[in-house]
Amino acid sequence: MSFQTIKTGFLIALLSTFLAACSSTSTEDGSMGAGADGSAGGVATGTAGDGSAYGDDLSAGGLATVFYFDFDSSTLKSEARAALNMHAQRLKSNPLYVRLEGHGDERGTREYNMALGERRANAVKEYLVLQGVNGEYLEAISYGEERPAALGSDESSWSMNRRVEMTKR
Amino acid sequence: MLKEKLLYGIFALLLALAVNVQAELTIEITSGVDNPMVIAVAPIAEKSGVLPEDISDIVSADLQRSGLFSTIPRTNMLSFPGDQSEIYYRDWRVLGAQYLVFGNSERLPDGRIRVTFGLAEVLGEKVVLSQMVHGRDDSIRDIAHYISDKVYEALTGIRGAFSTRLAYVIAARGGDGRQVYRLMVSDADGARERLMLESTEPLMSPGWSPDGKELVYVSFETGRPAIFRQKLADASRRQITNFKGLNGAPAWSPDGRKLAMVLSKDGNPEIYIHDFVTGAFTRLTNHFSIDTEPNWTPDGNSIIFTSDRGGSPQIYKMNLASGATERLTFRGNYNARPRLAPDGRTLVMVHRDNGQFHIASQDLITKDFRILSGTFLDESPTVAPNGAMLLYATKRSGKGLLAAVSIDAGVKFFLPAREGDVREPAWSPFL
Repeated sequence: MSFQTIKTGFLIALLSTFLAACSSTSTEDGSMGAGADGSAGGVATGTAGDGSAYGDDLSAGGLATVFYFDFDSSTLKSEARAALNMHAQRLKSNPLYVRLEGHGDERGTREYNMALGERRANAVKEYLVLQGVNGEYLEAISYGEERPAALGSDESSWSMNRRVEMTKR
Repeated sequence: MLKEKLLYGIFALLLALAVNVQAELTIEITSGVDNPMVIAVAPIAEKSGVLPEDISDIVSADLQRSGLFSTIPRTNMLSFPGDQSEIYYRDWRVLGAQYLVFGNSERLPDGRIRVTFGLAEVLGEKVVLSQMVHGRDDSIRDIAHYISDKVYEALTGIRGAFSTRLAYVIAARGGDGRQVYRLMVSDADGARERLMLESTEPLMSPGWSPDGKELVYVSFETGRPAIFRQKLADASRRQITNFKGLNGAPAWSPDGRKLAMVLSKDGNPEIYIHDFVTGAFTRLTNHFSIDTEPNWTPDGNSIIFTSDRGGSPQIYKMNLASGATERLTFRGNYNARPRLAPDGRTLVMVHRDNGQFHIASQDLITKDFRILSGTFLDESPTVAPNGAMLLYATKRSGKGLLAAVSIDAGVKFFLPAREGDVREPAWSPFL
């Protein structure tokens, strides 16, 4: 019984930490519902452009490593393209093995969402290749809806979950 | 490499043995048929030795869960007949019982238990079924489900599916706050839950071999999705695919020799068939859209699958011999993850209706289309091997749980787990 209480307390702590984390970034997906481009805060505001300065830290200079998508869409948003242009410059001068993890929201079937997640990851990969990054260094992997970033069943959670995360391999 | 696999198998086995019933599913019946048959399941008279579990309780619960029966509480019963000679029909008539299940148990000299049971028609005052079944102390539940199967079949004409099993995935937060995925197997009533595999990486899409002795599923344990098969008996497992991209939606063929799946190794999600004997992977579809979620028709001659080649996800059927492909669903703009009932004509699927995801069925001959579930975010329908019920995954108060509905939508119940999100049920074949 006491175990249950401790666990619940822990979950609440975890959840509030998570919510705090979300609220600081919520502006960047706020434009999604409206469909406007908007100059989202936190995305593509990095200044490091020469590629050499950031070593192997993909998010150096505050560069976004998570790119969000509209419902049922694998089309890159303009802020994502701006951030990916910077990543492409860096990766060309300092090649790194990068994983592109595609995710979806919980709506719809799990295996179909796996396919949608892969489409998103491939959209990012193809964009980087178009910018001159060697595709051999990029791996697109879909997690479908299996690894949500936000756990709610509402649009604010879903918009956080339709994403591609860029990580070092 | 082989040694490593063997060790892994042993490790998984130890895990399977170490974890006993910890998140067992429970049953909440929410609706049944309008005029259920009234049945009394008298306690099994124990002639020698006390049984470790109450057989008549289990039988009663089985019959009630089918939604077709209403059972008489034991406290109302006036007598407990152990055999035919002890039945006083008026005791059961006054309770309004139409049928009576009775029986007795005996321990044999070799340690086994023998249960003799019967089914009586109260108004006609006659015994319509009488049988014996043997088991051991650890198979009391098997004996009980066997009795349920026989009673159900005698009264409905449909083979009972109480002796079958379920596979499903439970996702829960581990002690360190990380997500833990567990592949579980339980009896059809949620009891005797057993851990097959635990991982901090996603586990998904469990399915059964047609002999009910193995599972097939997708695991991300290698950092990528890969398809595995695993034996229930010793928990030993083998990796089947390791392709770049998607390795998903495995579905065992009815003859046990092949596995349909989705792979995107050639750049796009396509349906493939893997031959267990030759080891070959044969590509079935060739379209720039998403093709996924393959499943076999009961005769093994065709594959049904989801494709968005028409602009929205819909269900298609491909004949394996001719390659001819036809679209099966036309209602709405989202129909996915098809499964066919054993009759080969009732198609069940996930259907989007006004932005909500429900389980729907479509008769492939009459085209009769029904929405079966009234909950929200419903997915992963799986049909019982007798075609009478289907299970699916849904959400309630932010928690994933399994729900069941009869194929005519009359009977509904939930199977919530004590902890974690339960998802992706897969009903075993007859065992």
